[in-house]
Amino acid sequence: MSVAQYIKAFTLWEFVKAHALTLRYFFKPKVTINYPFERNPVSPRFRGEHALRRYPNGEERCIACKLCEAVCPAQAITIEAEPRDDGSRRTTRYDIDMTKCIYCGLCAEACPVDAIVEGPNYEFSTETREELIYDKAKLLDNGDRWERVLAANLAADAPYR
Amino acid sequence: MTEFFQTSVGMPFGWAWFTATIIGILVIALPLMLAVAMIIYADRKIWAAMALRRGPNVVGPFGLLQSFADGLKVFLQETIIPSAANRGLFLLAPVITFTVALIVWAVVPFQAGVVLADINVGLLYVLAASSLGVYGIILAGWSSNSKYPFYSALRAAAQMVSYEVAIGFILLSVVMWAGSFNLSVIVTAQQGLYGWANGNAANPLLFPMAVMFFISSLAETQRAPFDLTEAESELVAGYQTEYSSMSFALYWLGEYANVILMCVLNATLFWGGWLPPLDWAPLYVVPGIVWLFIKMLGFFFLFSWVKATVPRYRYDQLMRLGWKVFLPLSLFWVFLVSGVLMAVRVGF
Repeated sequence: MSVAQYIKAFTLWEFVKAHALTLRYFFKPKVTINYPFERNPVSPRFRGEHALRRYPNGEERCIACKLCEAVCPAQAITIEAEPRDDGSRRTTRYDIDMTKCIYCGLCAEACPVDAIVEGPNYEFSTETREELIYDKAKLLDNGDRWERVLAANLAADAPYR
Repeated sequence: MTEFFQTSVGMPFGWAWFTATIIGILVIALPLMLAVAMIIYADRKIWAAMALRRGPNVVGPFGLLQSFADGLKVFLQETIIPSAANRGLFLLAPVITFTVALIVWAVVPFQAGVVLADINVGLLYVLAASSLGVYGIILAGWSSNSKYPFYSALRAAAQMVSYEVAIGFILLSVVMWAGSFNLSVIVTAQQGLYGWANGNAANPLLFPMAVMFFISSLAETQRAPFDLTEAESELVAGYQTEYSSMSFALYWLGEYANVILMCVLNATLFWGGWLPPLDWAPLYVVPGIVWLFIKMLGFFFLFSWVKATVPRYRYDQLMRLGWKVFLPLSLFWVFLVSGVLMAVRVGF
């Protein structure tokens, strides 16, 4: 070993350098998001939990065209439809199996009336598998609950579609 | 305090002494437990900050109560004893570790005259008690009747024994310099070096020993980079693998009590203990225990800093450092210090 190496070894030079580095990191601002208390912003295009929307007058948008059911690559959507008493086509059953769904957003893309959409909500974990098989009531309820955000997101994304 | 119980309460000397000692033990042990809890929190925070994380910050303000939450959780858990384990020794081992971690505090001087047992072989007592610590570990490894704890216990035993040799020689140079084994005398002997400095570390002759003692105390407490006994990639959790609930917590507490003890010993032996860093009158206004506490925290920060910085040694490297670097160096230093003392204080 050369003299310089001896000096480095006995002054623990590499250790001192390493500790200077970690000390700099010690004072660096931390970028961790405190998840339940702080959240990352969510894009208007975010594909989260599904919702069935209504028109402002309360009429449900879905016309039972079954395009979403047809396009769904995971075959997670099941629709049954009958004419309603007033003669309009409406679904009698609209189920999404959230355990099958791959959140690709094709159903929302296919929908001609913006009825089925994927909202910004990603916190819908459940304790049982059965709870993840959503029926029409649940989806409509989601739509009512999230309508303001859903409408705003659709409007924000509209120029790019 | 003994006199207080004799005169005001009217106890005979034996009872008065006993009561005073018990109170003294409690006054040391209870704040120590609190300090351990807070120091575990500090350790996690420092480590997290250096890894660019936030560390515990949910339980209580800034996560200050995290250790107490952990303690409560562990306390409410079931103690699982493996069916093949040696029950008696298995339960005794953490008690030994914890007890040994506490008894050394008896001779630590917190301030001039404030020490539970001011015995004149204090440093020998420290060495003797800390060597006993290895029993807690090796009994845990053996009585668990499980291969990983056993490997870990063997490693821990070999590691602690090899570094204790070096520590012994390092302490010897301090003892020669102070001319006493009594920790209080060792501290006062460090006062007024060159007329302004307090602490052996300001002495260029003893400074290398201060560094070596710090590194050896990392090895002695099995902290990174010498935490081979808990090398999780090889040995799960080391000798604590089979432990759960309070017996696990006792190891946890004992380990950190040992770490604090080593911080205090570093401060006491080389950095002036309860004395302020400079021999300057206004600094003596601050009580000595505060200085000791500040020094202890400084050393603990160093301990955590090292843990966050360096990778773990390989076992042969650990042994090489202990036997082929530290042992000859410290032995040479004993020779050097005694030579210098002979020349300076006695004359040829």
